Amino acid sequence: MGFELILFYVFAAIAIGTTLLVVVQSNPVYSVLLLIGSFIGLAGLYVLLQAPFVAVIQIIVYAGAIMVLFLFVVMLLNAPREELVTSGILESPATRTIGAMLAIAFAAELAWALNRSSTLAWTVTDVTRRPFSVPEIGRRLFQDYAFAFEATSILILVAMIGAITLAGRQLTEGARLKSRPAGDASRTDGGMAEGGRAEGGRAQL
Amino acid sequence: MAELNHYLVLSGVLFTIGTAGVLLRRNVITVLLSLEVMLNAVNLSFIAFGRFLGSSDGQIIVFFVITVAAAEAAVGLALVIALFRHVETLNPDAFRQLRG
Amino acid sequence: MAPASRRAGERALIPSVAIAQLVIVGFVFVVLLTAAAGMVYMERKVAARIQQRMGPTLVGPYGLLQPLADIIKLAMKEDTRPKAADPILFALAPIISAAAAFTAFAVVPFGAETDFFGLLDQPVPLQIADVNVAILWVFAVASMGVYGIVLAGWSSNSKYSLLGALRSSAQMISYELSYGMALAAVLVLAGSMSIREIVDAQAGAWLGFIPRWFVFLQPIGFFIFMTAGVAETNRAPFDFPEAEQELVAGYHTEYSSMSFAMFFLAEYINMVAVSAIASNLYLGGWHGPLLPLWLGWIWFLLKVGFLLFFYVWMRWTLPRYRYDQLMAFGWKFLLPLSVINLLATAAGVLYFGI
Repeated sequence: MGFELILFYVFAAIAIGTTLLVVVQSNPVYSVLLLIGSFIGLAGLYVLLQAPFVAVIQIIVYAGAIMVLFLFVVMLLNAPREELVTSGILESPATRTIGAMLAIAFAAELAWALNRSSTLAWTVTDVTRRPFSVPEIGRRLFQDYAFAFEATSILILVAMIGAITLAGRQLTEGARLKSRPAGDASRTDGGMAEGGRAEGGRAQL
Repeated sequence: MAELNHYLVLSGVLFTIGTAGVLLRRNVITVLLSLEVMLNAVNLSFIAFGRFLGSSDGQIIVFFVITVAAAEAAVGLALVIALFRHVETLNPDAFRQLRG
Repeated sequence: MAPASRRAGERALIPSVAIAQLVIVGFVFVVLLTAAAGMVYMERKVAARIQQRMGPTLVGPYGLLQPLADIIKLAMKEDTRPKAADPILFALAPIISAAAAFTAFAVVPFGAETDFFGLLDQPVPLQIADVNVAILWVFAVASMGVYGIVLAGWSSNSKYSLLGALRSSAQMISYELSYGMALAAVLVLAGSMSIREIVDAQAGAWLGFIPRWFVFLQPIGFFIFMTAGVAETNRAPFDFPEAEQELVAGYHTEYSSMSFAMFFLAEYINMVAVSAIASNLYLGGWHGPLLPLWLGWIWFLLKVGFLLFFYVWMRWTLPRYRYDQLMAFGWKFLLPLSVINLLATAAGVLYFGI
């Protein structure tokens, strides 16, 4: 058993374990933190796949920025714990059987696709093992993918403006702002608690 | 050595868990979290293919996926906040009507 | 790699470089803990002298054992937890804070390659790991440090804690942007993301006596980096979230005993980390006149010590920023300045070919 295979199993176990817990357990704050654990496991896998740049970018952007945004929103809305399957659509047995059958069909399709690809078993020795340096990635980003790069920067700007507009405090005719302490405390300081303003402006890194 | 298949199976498993989360959870924020799980599973398979095909395209596409996921998370959460102000619940079943 | 120690038998398979690596890891850990204790002493002594009084003098000669007394006092206190606090998160928050602070040192080099007076077969660089995305690693760990504070405030289930934690974390993530841009400007100058290569790009001197440190090429960048670093570590004059007069004690109000000591430790280690990285990126690391290269770690210690003294000096001299002034400064002044700095650096490198 090569060292790399052991590391793969360790990181894969971390990723699968934490992701399962994200979906299964009911406290949303724990879900966010477990997802951060999953991202760290995935970052380890990226390093194993010789992509250290993307691994660190994942930690900076996903685990360090997007998840902070999620955590702030969860804390702002004071999201309560919820039961896993509550009343509603999921209670009727017909829905559950159809759901189970579709899940099994999905899993079967995935297994078939993966089985097909295993006949083309690529291993490490088959392809050129050349790790990509960051300058090389930068060159490709700015030369081959320049348009996509600029388009994503405009996308981020639009998303920022959209998030601020959507989550900012607007009192329209139909919406009634219930008096909640989180909402009231945001008047005085320019800090976080003003709706989504801080998160919306911050999330784009 | 870990083969490509290992990474693809892992990616498939993560994607399935994410899909289950999106379909089964009754809390909008957890649904968004499961969506992020799905995006990450796809990122993993991109990088695995990029590595085993000897091309840096995998890493570049993942770069863009992460960026777009950030933008989508921001807008999605802003929507959640706006909706929460309207109806004080995070259960997606509560938003059935088009008229608020 | 040849087998290492004189004890044959079970140790013959472990190469000496691996043992040296483990020793370096342990050494860095112990030095950081001692540095935190030393910082406690230095802060109190320097603060006292600035305020024209003596400071600790009773415990040990010149009060040098004062940090030991502090640690013993903190360890003896009762470890309380509010009843309504979330037990897992309450225990996890100081761990995350301290772990993030220590992890930043995994890529900080503190000396040139050395072979420990011939004990090793091949020279070993004096750092834990030489990653070629080291600058991004520093930035990533700074992002993760926010979680310790946010979770501390949230899990304490108390209004003062939550407010202090939210303000502190908003401040940290705001100043991370300028921090990153200052790092990017150094990256442009040096052409590599590995900190060891950045330090080696600062070897030598112009005109024989002005060292080639990046602080002379980028004074504004150094100012931005240090300011953002001070704001990142929640130190004065940016310590509004922990100000005793305003918010009781901010996010660590409900903590006592060893958990409080962990937050304390995390803050001091963060200061040491920012100083170490600043001295590597801007002040030339372990390069300096007069001493041979293998003694360069002495220069490194001197530079880090100077920056830490500067930190303490700033705390006891400058008044505190109000929170909205703090945020306005970060977003409206420091961020545009850092962008202009980055653009000017890039233009300079292209034009002058530095």
